[in-house]
Amino acid sequence: MTTPAPATRRALTEGQRSERRLGLWLCAPAALIMVLVTGWPIVYSVLLSLQRYDLRFPDDRAWVGLSNYAVVLTNEFWWSAFWVTLVITVISVSIELVLGMLLALAMYRAIVGRGLVRTVVLIPYGIVTVAAAYGWKYAWTPGTGWLAAMLPEGTAPLTDRVSAIAIIILAEVWKTTPFMALLLMAGMAVVPEELLRAASMDGATRWQGFAHVLLPLMKPAILVALLFRTLDAFRIFDNIYVLTNGSQNTASVSITAYHNLIGGLNLGIGNTMSVLILISVAIIAVVFIVGFGTAAPGSGR
Amino acid sequence: MMERPDRKRVTSWVVINTVVVLYAMIPVLWIASLSFKDPSTFTDGSFIPRKWTLDNYAGIFENDDFVRGLVNSIGIGLISTFVAIVFGTMAAYAIARLTFPGKRLLIGVSLLIAMFPQISLVSPLFQIERALGLFNTWPGLILPYITFALPLTIYTLSAFFREIPWELEKAAKMDGATPFQAFWQVIVPLAAPGMVTTAILAFIFCWNDFLFAISLTSSNAARTAPATISFFTGSTQFEDPTGSISAAAVVITIPIVIFVLFFQRRIVAGLTSGAVKG
Repeated sequence: MTTPAPATRRALTEGQRSERRLGLWLCAPAALIMVLVTGWPIVYSVLLSLQRYDLRFPDDRAWVGLSNYAVVLTNEFWWSAFWVTLVITVISVSIELVLGMLLALAMYRAIVGRGLVRTVVLIPYGIVTVAAAYGWKYAWTPGTGWLAAMLPEGTAPLTDRVSAIAIIILAEVWKTTPFMALLLMAGMAVVPEELLRAASMDGATRWQGFAHVLLPLMKPAILVALLFRTLDAFRIFDNIYVLTNGSQNTASVSITAYHNLIGGLNLGIGNTMSVLILISVAIIAVVFIVGFGTAAPGSGR
Repeated sequence: MMERPDRKRVTSWVVINTVVVLYAMIPVLWIASLSFKDPSTFTDGSFIPRKWTLDNYAGIFENDDFVRGLVNSIGIGLISTFVAIVFGTMAAYAIARLTFPGKRLLIGVSLLIAMFPQISLVSPLFQIERALGLFNTWPGLILPYITFALPLTIYTLSAFFREIPWELEKAAKMDGATPFQAFWQVIVPLAAPGMVTTAILAFIFCWNDFLFAISLTSSNAARTAPATISFFTGSTQFEDPTGSISAAAVVITIPIVIFVLFFQRRIVAGLTSGAVKG
């Protein structure tokens, strides 16, 4: 932001100094809360992950180095959860990208009822995930659900691993596609309309205009949307908790960590998983930012 | 630009709009339909209730745990939103208008927290809050909610604040307004829409949370409505929780639908501003 041009050099430094002070004071409360509520717990989490600490046997507490990590990383349930999380993340984000793009085009280009479309799309975004998840659960419950009623007699999709994961993905996609679509629509809005018109004058078909003009120019917006949604999908918890609670090997890493922590009261193992999840998320973010050149929002001008 | 849409294009857009509306509404209508079904007809698998009743709603409002959960949700949501907006506004103003060291660091930290897996915070907080006596209290949930709402408020508000023509304040003062008048009658009306939008987004975030709410509470003292609903299963006086869960799901969805209907344009602007401005 521009400050009024100062008359002398001394005035500049003084003005700048008071501006700095004001800036720091204004940011202090927000920064303090964020660091206190996340910084110390992260350090504490790492410390707990290096201990044998089970609340059911609190006297048996001891420092065990990295052995919790060895336990978790050789545990088949952890790896099952890891792959389930990865599968859900990749499939749901891919579907969301395609559906979200279609939805974004519909919201952006609609010549009738644009307000209506943009309004209803916010309902899946805003609805409490748990509430929607119960809707999906009952819809697929044999005897109760309208979707289960369309299936052959005797099928219970939520009790089979593959179909249960498919339903989890469906619930996740339904809920989060609108958010993806809104981010993509915002990316569309910054592409100058003249470029598309020029392309069509040069004889490009609608598809060519989309694939060769719109998409490349939307790349930054697409990457940011993908980054946000991938990290968000990787921490999936609510939908799985309600739909299967992790039975039939449908647990995600968050569900598994939660069960070890709140169900098992094993602080050592629970925190080890938390740290591993944090590391996975960091790796995903680095891959996006370094590998694909995703501009971290706020990093540019 | 304003060419008259011909009938064929209008028809195809009506079809597309219908698909979008069905996409968004069918799961919501289904849960609403379940909530109005008479318990004897739960197992008919019909999309539309064959026998309507309001008993499910009457039931949940007689359930002290659910009513308490609603009070907790509203109270915790409003307090967290208020604090996040106050502190977020201060930080966003500084980011949008001032030059100071550590600005990029603050933006970076906010971004990290926005992407942070909540479970990684739940595990240590579970232990820390029990040690500090914050476990199962309102502040025990308010603190993490503020923390996760702050990045959202800082991003959205600083994007809004960059758009405000701040010269107007100076112009008003030149025209003889006092500094307070200039602030109150010029700047506040310009900033208010962005702040309302941000407050709604922050409130939706707090209202939606489930993981913190089930992990950091152990009774109805602080358990919010979504967490309360998940405990309906098998542990209440209701024989079959389907009806009460559906009715409760509809009740906690209503505030969101109202926000969305009234503030659609603003919410879209708020959700997209932070991401595009970059």
